[in-house]
Amino acid sequence: MSFASFSEFLAMGTHGPFVWTCYAISLAVLALNVVLPILARRRFLQDEARRMRREELK
Amino acid sequence: MNWMWFHKLGSPKWFYEISRLWLPWLAVSAVLLLVTGLVWGLAFAPPDYQQGNSFRIIYLHVPAAFLAQSIYIMLAIAGTVGLVWKMKLADVALQQAAPIGAWMTVIALVTGAIWGKPTWGTYWVWDARLTSMLILLFLYFGVIALGNAITNRDSAAKACAVLAIVGVVNIPIIQYSVEWWNTLHQPATFSIVAKPAMPFEMWMPLLISVLGFYCFFGAVLLMRMRLEVLRREVRSSWAKAEIKAQVEKGL
Repeated sequence: MSFASFSEFLAMGTHGPFVWTCYAISLAVLALNVVLPILARRRFLQDEARRMRREELK
Repeated sequence: MNWMWFHKLGSPKWFYEISRLWLPWLAVSAVLLLVTGLVWGLAFAPPDYQQGNSFRIIYLHVPAAFLAQSIYIMLAIAGTVGLVWKMKLADVALQQAAPIGAWMTVIALVTGAIWGKPTWGTYWVWDARLTSMLILLFLYFGVIALGNAITNRDSAAKACAVLAIVGVVNIPIIQYSVEWWNTLHQPATFSIVAKPAMPFEMWMPLLISVLGFYCFFGAVLLMRMRLEVLRREVRSSWAKAEIKAQVEKGL
């Protein structure tokens, strides 16, 4: 462990705001890259399911 | 050498089935490597003697920048394969990798700017490295916009392939920008031929984080490509059966 306490870890010397902003933004972007395709897949399957039901009714 | 795998790649159905097996492995490796690399880099690596703790941004900045450039080279390779062998899957790969590459370029630029403030005293300078990275972002935007602007799939594939191949000239410019021009940016962190200038506790988490980013890209790319293949093959019987099975499974 490179830090003596948790508050020191959060402070990152004097660079806390810079380091933590970078990690927050980057992890948010990574999460977005995972979530968007999952939502798109769900939406696509829902649309297709609806279309299949419509075609069965005809 | 057995080239069967290459010809099979032309079959969307084969890709869809094989990628189902690869995806969980890539996803698990990505999570494990990223958590290990980033936690190690954030909490356990020693601070830099000049930069203090701001250097910990390297564990995001360098992997994202590596990946941003690798993905663009991949676009050019996929473009070439698509043009030469008329392989449809190459266009799927190109179209689906481009947005991920753009996001990685954004991470590299944003973390670089934030890192620049405590280190150089400024968020941005118009020097060769930063400018050529910004051009990379615009090239990604160009590929994405071109892919969406042309409705005919074959024409779009051809246009995007050409743009990807022409744009790859920017990659060596990014690579050598720190050697060709005066810049605030430090030279390359890693080299294949030389031993790292950093101590082991610093470069090992960086290496793990880089591998984690590549696995992450692999997993997200497969997710995106599988959906796109299903979309394009929606009229074929195997895709219909797959969609039906997925719908019945409750999505």
